[in-house]
Amino acid sequence: MSAPSLAIDGLTKQFGAVRAVDDLTFTVRPGAVTAFLGPNGAGKTTTLRMLLGLTRPSAGRALVGDREYAAHPRPGRVVGAALEASSFHPGRTGLAHLEVFAPQVGVSRTRCRQVLEAVGLDHAAKQRVGRYSLGMRQRLALATALLADPPVVVLDEPTNGLDPEGIVWIRRLLRQFAAEGRTVLVSSHLLREVEASVDEVVIIVQGRLRHASSLAELRAHATPATYVAGPRPDALAALAVDRGWATTADGDGIVVDRVSAAEVGAAAYAAGIELHELVRRDVDLEALFFELTRPEAGR
Amino acid sequence: MRAALLAEYRKLVSTRIWWLLLLVMLGYLVFIGAAVAASLVFVPEGTQSPLVGKDAAQATYSLVNGVGYVFPLVIGSLAMTTEFRHKTITQSLLVEPNRTRFLLAKLLSVVPIGLVAGVVGQAATVAGGAPLLAAKGDGSFLGDADVVAGLLYGVVVVALWAVMGVAFGTLVSNQVAAIVVILAFTQFVEPILRIGLSQVDALAGAAAYLPGGAADSLIGASFLGTAGSVDLLPRWAAALVLVGYAAGFAVLGRLTTLRRDIG
Repeated sequence: MSAPSLAIDGLTKQFGAVRAVDDLTFTVRPGAVTAFLGPNGAGKTTTLRMLLGLTRPSAGRALVGDREYAAHPRPGRVVGAALEASSFHPGRTGLAHLEVFAPQVGVSRTRCRQVLEAVGLDHAAKQRVGRYSLGMRQRLALATALLADPPVVVLDEPTNGLDPEGIVWIRRLLRQFAAEGRTVLVSSHLLREVEASVDEVVIIVQGRLRHASSLAELRAHATPATYVAGPRPDALAALAVDRGWATTADGDGIVVDRVSAAEVGAAAYAAGIELHELVRRDVDLEALFFELTRPEAGR
Repeated sequence: MRAALLAEYRKLVSTRIWWLLLLVMLGYLVFIGAAVAASLVFVPEGTQSPLVGKDAAQATYSLVNGVGYVFPLVIGSLAMTTEFRHKTITQSLLVEPNRTRFLLAKLLSVVPIGLVAGVVGQAATVAGGAPLLAAKGDGSFLGDADVVAGLLYGVVVVALWAVMGVAFGTLVSNQVAAIVVILAFTQFVEPILRIGLSQVDALAGAAAYLPGGAADSLIGASFLGTAGSVDLLPRWAAALVLVGYAAGFAVLGRLTTLRRDIG
């Protein structure tokens, strides 16, 4: 599948005195999952709405491939988007909802049934959406986005309201989309929700770009930490003071911030301290994410 | 445009509200038709009915407009305001970013249901009124060419109201507000205005330019009085006035509601 990339170029949205999106520029490449992250109210949804032609930018532009969304002859075939899990008529059945939008994305009623089955809603096809749970609505929103089997998939907070099983399912789906060569942009206010399935990370805060890189590069920003424990905690604590390490107690041992396992091990060896555990702590991306998304944080 | 029309049509028929409204319309207009026919044929000894003969029949059948127009207006306005109430407007504009085409499709898509409502409503006023007119009055006049033409125009008028409802719902996209305004206007404001204007010689002609007055003109009869006592426009002018209202609301709605950011 040769999918178009997305280009957000100097995008700005002014709501009265509030600049919801401020000179935002980034690109989203095909064949990868790009996470669009930021705290609630950071301007993610406004950005997606400008990308999809629902909201007019105050400045800048957003391109899907070589043109704006609305300039595509049948944009619903190019971009499948799920923006909110609540935008259904409660009196319509799940299947009828898909059938309503089928003509304009050029798919048959048979395809509507297939997609419903693919998102695990075939049992609820004839049920009115008003009776759907939030998780079922998320699945229906996803089914709507996937109707035309589009090369670009844009999902706004797709894990909201999903049970753990559903979250795992979404992650697997995102990986599958990327493997198929699609361009995938998925927003979330929690890095943890999507961390397992993303390649690229775009972080915005107060409408401004804070960070854009691959997930691997973001990890490199995270500080290492080492968990160490032994029969003589007092000696370890003294060693930490001696070396000027920042530590926090954790169970029987201590966590040494910003120091690699090798360095802690060598220091303990040199000091003749017996160790029972010396473990590199997983890079705490969430902590880094919180650090990056603090309003006053700068880079 | 064909795809947009089909989508809009499917939106309408995939919910229950329109046929519930049709059922209520049917019951209400049978009752109103019978009640008005009764008031025309059962008059106290020594007094003359305000409407007799063919006029009585035409006036009774025209109630599909004079009283019934609230139903197609509400059906039409719901077609648009529901999109905003349940936020389906987002998905609708994702698949059809051309908002003018979206609006045109929505306006046209209610025509079939408007015609169905017209047939149902017209049949209801006839079912309610004709038996009484035939049994106790001067006759039902259902074989008369003018009466039949009035019935057919009644069906067309109801379909036009449905289109106007969509246009009005575009201008007033808040569902509750739209319904309140439609109820207040059709059940209260316009009847009083029409009666009030008809009492003032200098203004009597203006009543026919109100939407309901224009629609009565298209039908060629009004429950407010005989053709001689109520000022009615020629049919072509009445059609222009009605289409003008619909177009005016639609253009205003396009320039306000549908120009704004969605979301």
